[in-house]
Amino acid sequence: MTATIPVPADSSPPPVDGVSITVDGVPMTVPKGTMIIRAAEQIGVEVPRFCDHPLLDPVAACRMCLVEIEGQGKPQPACAVAASEGMSVKTQRTSEMAELAQRGVMEFLLINHPLDCPVCDKGGECPLQNQAMEHGRSESRFDLEKRHFDKPINLSAQILLDRERCVSCARCTRFSEQIAGDPLIELFERGSKQQVGIAEDRPFDSYFSGNTVQVCPVGALTSSQYRFRSRPFDLVSVPTVCEHCSSGCGLRTDVRRSTVLRRLAWDTPEVNEEWNCDKGRFAFAHAATPEFDTPLVRGDDGILHAATWPEALERVAEGLADARGRSAVLTGGRLTLEDSLAYSKFARAVLGTDDVDFRARPHSTEEADFLASVVAGSGLGVTYDQLENAPVVVLAGLDPEEESPIVFLRLRKAARKRQLPIASIAAWATPGLGKMFGTLLPTAPGAEGEALSALARGGDTLGSDGRRIAALLNEPGAVILVGERLATCTGALSAAAALAHTTGARLAWIPRRAGERGAVEAGLLPGLLPGGRSLADAQSRAEVAAAWGVSVDDLPTKVGREVDAIVEAARAGAYNALVVAGVDPFDTRRPDDVIAALEAVPFLVSIEVRPSAVTEFADVVLPVSTITQRAGTFVDWEGRTRVFGQVFRTSLALTDARVLAMIADELDRPVGRQDVAGMRKEAAALAPSGSGRREVPSVAASSVSASSGQAVVSTWHHLLDEGTLQRGDDDLAATARTAVARVSAATARAAGLTDFVTLSTDAGSLDLPVVVTDMPDGVVWLPTNSHNSNVRRVLGVDHGAIVSLASGGGA
Amino acid sequence: MATPLTPILTAHWDDPDSFTIDGYSRHGGYDALPKALAMEPDAVIGLVKDTGLRGRGGAGFPTGLKWSFVPQNDGKPHYLVVNADESEPGACKDMPLLMANPHALVEGIIITCYAIRARHAFIYVRGEVPHAIRRVAAAVREAYQAGHIGTNIHGSGFDLDVVVHSGAGAYICGEETALLDSLEGRRGQPRLKPPFPAVAGLYASPTVVNNVETISNIPYIIRNGVDWFRQFGTEKSPGFKLFSVSGHVRSPGVYEAPLGITMRELIDYAGGMREGSELKFWVPGGSSVPMLTAEHLDLPMTYEAMAEAGTMLGTATPMVFDQTVSVVKTVTRWLEFYKHESCGKCTPCREGTSWMTGLLETFEAGHGQESDLQIIDDICHQIAGRSFCALGDAAATPFPGAMKYFRDEFVAGTHTSADDAFNPVASTVLAGASTR
Amino acid sequence: MEIDDTTRDEVRAIIARYPETRSALLPLLHLVQSVEGSVTPDGIEFVAEQLELTPAEVASVATFYTMYKRHRTGRHHIGVCTNSLCALLGGDVVWKSLSDELGIGHDETTADGEFSIERIECQAACTHAPSVTIDWEYFDDATPASVSEVIAKLRAGEPVQSTRGPVIRDFRATEHTLAVTDDGLAGEGPSADHRMLAGLTAAKERGMALQDTAAPASSEGEN
Ligand SMILES: Cc1cc2nc3c(=O)[nH]c(=O)nc-3n(C[C@H](O)[C@H](O)[C@H](O)COP(=O)(O)O)c2cc1C
Ligand code: SF4
Ligand code: FES
Repeated sequence: MTATIPVPADSSPPPVDGVSITVDGVPMTVPKGTMIIRAAEQIGVEVPRFCDHPLLDPVAACRMCLVEIEGQGKPQPACAVAASEGMSVKTQRTSEMAELAQRGVMEFLLINHPLDCPVCDKGGECPLQNQAMEHGRSESRFDLEKRHFDKPINLSAQILLDRERCVSCARCTRFSEQIAGDPLIELFERGSKQQVGIAEDRPFDSYFSGNTVQVCPVGALTSSQYRFRSRPFDLVSVPTVCEHCSSGCGLRTDVRRSTVLRRLAWDTPEVNEEWNCDKGRFAFAHAATPEFDTPLVRGDDGILHAATWPEALERVAEGLADARGRSAVLTGGRLTLEDSLAYSKFARAVLGTDDVDFRARPHSTEEADFLASVVAGSGLGVTYDQLENAPVVVLAGLDPEEESPIVFLRLRKAARKRQLPIASIAAWATPGLGKMFGTLLPTAPGAEGEALSALARGGDTLGSDGRRIAALLNEPGAVILVGERLATCTGALSAAAALAHTTGARLAWIPRRAGERGAVEAGLLPGLLPGGRSLADAQSRAEVAAAWGVSVDDLPTKVGREVDAIVEAARAGAYNALVVAGVDPFDTRRPDDVIAALEAVPFLVSIEVRPSAVTEFADVVLPVSTITQRAGTFVDWEGRTRVFGQVFRTSLALTDARVLAMIADELDRPVGRQDVAGMRKEAAALAPSGSGRREVPSVAASSVSASSGQAVVSTWHHLLDEGTLQRGDDDLAATARTAVARVSAATARAAGLTDFVTLSTDAGSLDLPVVVTDMPDGVVWLPTNSHNSNVRRVLGVDHGAIVSLASGGGA
Repeated sequence: MATPLTPILTAHWDDPDSFTIDGYSRHGGYDALPKALAMEPDAVIGLVKDTGLRGRGGAGFPTGLKWSFVPQNDGKPHYLVVNADESEPGACKDMPLLMANPHALVEGIIITCYAIRARHAFIYVRGEVPHAIRRVAAAVREAYQAGHIGTNIHGSGFDLDVVVHSGAGAYICGEETALLDSLEGRRGQPRLKPPFPAVAGLYASPTVVNNVETISNIPYIIRNGVDWFRQFGTEKSPGFKLFSVSGHVRSPGVYEAPLGITMRELIDYAGGMREGSELKFWVPGGSSVPMLTAEHLDLPMTYEAMAEAGTMLGTATPMVFDQTVSVVKTVTRWLEFYKHESCGKCTPCREGTSWMTGLLETFEAGHGQESDLQIIDDICHQIAGRSFCALGDAAATPFPGAMKYFRDEFVAGTHTSADDAFNPVASTVLAGASTR
Repeated sequence: MEIDDTTRDEVRAIIARYPETRSALLPLLHLVQSVEGSVTPDGIEFVAEQLELTPAEVASVATFYTMYKRHRTGRHHIGVCTNSLCALLGGDVVWKSLSDELGIGHDETTADGEFSIERIECQAACTHAPSVTIDWEYFDDATPASVSEVIAKLRAGEPVQSTRGPVIRDFRATEHTLAVTDDGLAGEGPSADHRMLAGLTAAKERGMALQDTAAPASSEGEN
């Protein structure tokens, strides 16, 4: 199960004071502060509970977990009493007091609970049902009228509440308030009328709302997606890893026959704990339906026709026959590590080209150098755990709530529990920063590099906040996190690396897509070979050739082009063929140019899960398996390998690696079978050896400024937006944030903006509602790819570009 | 010899301006303040400890001891919160005190804050009493004007701000931790203890919560000393107390007397039972304590004697009921109250009070099932000692107490409604002869 | 919700009373009721904005407390205590006659918007049972006849004196008092009424020496 990433020895946690207690007569020692309920678990005694959740602050509200503590006249809640030296605890197994207390509470919980288990989503996996079977009376003594509420109400488009089933444990409301920082659902009313609710016209649109369904100990909260769709005992659960972002969440995918019915967060303490975001939970329509049945080959009629694999492969072989050295490979950011390695090898060893790049998004040479020198082959770097325990975390060009939600949850946790200072180098203080109690170091787009350099100089130019943060950065364990958009800020990544160097802080890069870090490790960048090796380095080339089982002479020596250059070269006729996998042209900075390139290139192979803008121009389309049909590995932002198995084991659909192997065979340049096991072996063989690391870039920072009537664009993605992988999940989409344009009051005044603004470039224009925000003047922020706000597709620009502002007329 | 009444807090309530700073000062008001400010704060705490003063909010916790729990030199702000939520059925002694003598409270607050090193005090008054809120707020303003509150009070270097805060209708906010949540702008649901308010209370800082009457005692104690205070009451229940006597006595009202006075004496001072009236049962300290009957009239009203009799002194605000009263109706209404006021946080109280109320209502209506009496009793046992806070315990109190003496009346509820058994008009003041 | 400058200043002053702003939540909801007559969704949004809370957080608190009304209250809001002691001493009878006279039930408002009525819990006025409140001003020792007379006077616009405070204003005025706590009316009403003075009177009648040693000379003697 190894991949390229070595795991450095973890520093062992500091020793904690232990206390000796007995539980049901069994002596044990637990760390001071351990709740009795947790201690009992250690000897396999499960004290029944509803409100208790190990990751939420205790409330001791449901009273289900009452146990006897010697010397105390009244039973005590095991979930909220910390073990103390010499304590003798008797649970329901050895204490009549505890047993009776629990039975009494159980009876109370059931009197108003509808006994609709047969039609309840939770039936079969319901703690209340299980408790009732184990400890309840067979017959209810309650014959008054039960509490009645009108049937389910929508808390959001995605989450429904059946109030009659609620046991007022407040897990959902505590989750929302404590963990997510979104107190949008609350307890309303009081006494027996107490119920969960939302304020009028304020739906529960939290990025983490789905977790409440998972923590609800009864069937009171359900998702519109899963409601009534299945019974737990019909489901098969498979552990998986989320394919959306680079957080690396462990998930549980529940399937019935050949359909994915739901996904839940898997308890993964070192990564996502027990949470995930709604995108990971609900956006899986994309994986459910493979949309191509067979390969497609463009006929003489100019139309794509279904073809057999041999036919298609033959056609590909023809098209690629004279493309050695005159071809390029574009892969997008969503591949598994195994597939990325396969493309890396295919480009170099089979096509003999180094024109290969995974960055289907704005990028720069500085970024490629940064990734090759700082990120590639660096192994498990900063971890979630280290984030949680850091003395300070500086975010540069990264809004974790939108771009890596589990990083956000971990940072919020640390900020809430131990006042972790967090500072963000960005144009405005986002809601996410507020929820992390963070400090904004206000920075216009393009000025990120200067801000980072200023921190390296002690932060003086950034005011008192800057000085405080700069000082903290010198403390051991300090962390700098950089996001994807720094690629577009000249000098910023260089400055980040320099800041880490001067302060000793640790530096991590958090890309948005699940496959990006793996692509870096696989060498899907010009000049970069797997394991952080450099193409320019002879020893590196030799090591890689050996692992690939090819001759060193088969590998290109000339450093290739990056995406933008590949696109330009393709338009200029420099290639005979392009191989494109998982790329959406509209994710790139200049979608029109990409399309022109696809059109221009003589032979285009598209390797894809579903039809895309590329299909239209492809000469051959080779279908590959969806995420549920394949096993693989994602490398999360930490550099942690996240291995997952196949959900649908009987699927015959092929992985990219297998398809590439077949093409290679057809081209008489065999690369082996390239099944998952084989690719993992290859990955292990390509583990970083330390040879041939590229130089850390040192590009000088330069900033942009706008003249009147114009503004510099600041932009990043909303978590829920018009991304390809979210298509088809309408209820989820309904909970997305609405797109607005943000400008400072002065900017709004100068441009005469009132309610709406029209943003325009020579490519197009967008009309958005204006929200005046505390931010640098001459800057406009808008989400990158949201409804009505498709910055790249419509404006053809990205973060740091200049747009014109004019008062808009309303959409 | 009958125990004499001891008008102390109530001594000048018949002055037309008793509630003003002039009225208060005329009788030695604010004399205690300079005396206290001249003492070391810890000496003030020690003195109050020595008096043995017990909290007048119901639980009777020793006040000086509570103050001494506040950690000193912890670098955190400290708070005093005065509990003026008085919502316990039967209790009506704090509101008259706020109305007639609010400056005793204000002076007490200043001294208490000095002792516990608090710079900020809050008076949390239930919202339904604008008359009391006005008086106490006016007293606070007058005290500011007189320089008793504010910065560098009388050159002592001690600063204090006092805020009057109105509640909004929730009995549970009398429970001290629920009160703190409410004062922080939250639902008034009780908090987990520990930490106790003295360590982490308002805004997670050390906080003393005391009843209005408790704090109003402080100036008199400072003025007159430990021995003076201890001449009243008993060893374990020292001092004097406001007893609000309500119900079927001729002259219901506030009677200030030493702890240890008997109920018989109090009824006597209250003019005896109303015309033609015979005591049926009485409750010594609010609906949350078990009821007693005529056989208990000679017990001293002290914390210890009431506990020995199986009840509690509580707020020492006795309610007296005569033979015209249906016990079933009385208990049912109390349960309706607890159901209405249950905060909803914990299962036993939330579910138990509504189930029990539903069953009791069938007895009040005359169609109860005898076997349900056992269920109601079980419910009480399933709540008592298992709920999150003492409201649940309180709710589990009236029924078993009533069953002890009046089981037959509940059994009669299986066929006869309370109104048929007891003419509802007979118990009213209109029917009763004179109530002066 | 229409907020004028005075109200805006009051909002600021209320928030300034507290070390942490959220503590202003209950008073601000009273202030909303003084403007709107109830806690409206608008009012909730307003308070949420002032205190930087979510509307759900504010609504969650507003629905916990019985004094915050979710629907329109009458110009005058009348409460009758029907907890055990008051009920038995006449509260039930008063409630029934009031409800019959106005033709409305618990938590309802007359069609003309003049009155809303509510069965209320113990008002800490047991010595003055049955206890009735009009716009939360006390109307002690109520009878069906006295309450009926009050209704008639209020309808006729005649002044009605509460037993412990000022002449009855209206529901909103009292809510304003609760929010700001200073309405200049603290001098209204007696120091204490005859029931509050019952003990003092009894003591005086019996010649029981006042135990207060406030007189300057006596303080040492007692120690
Ligand atoms: C349900 C409930 C209601 C209470 N109501 C009041 C009250 O209205 N006033 C009060 O002073 N104490 C009340 N208490 C007691 C307080 O929790 C607390 O013990 C008291 O304010 C402490 O003040 P003391 O020590 O001066 O008595 C109540 C307790 C409970 C459980
Ligand atoms: S006993 Fe439970 S439900 Fe009742 S008031 Fe206390 S915490 Fe709330
Ligand atoms: S699990 Fe302990 S009280 Fe709910």
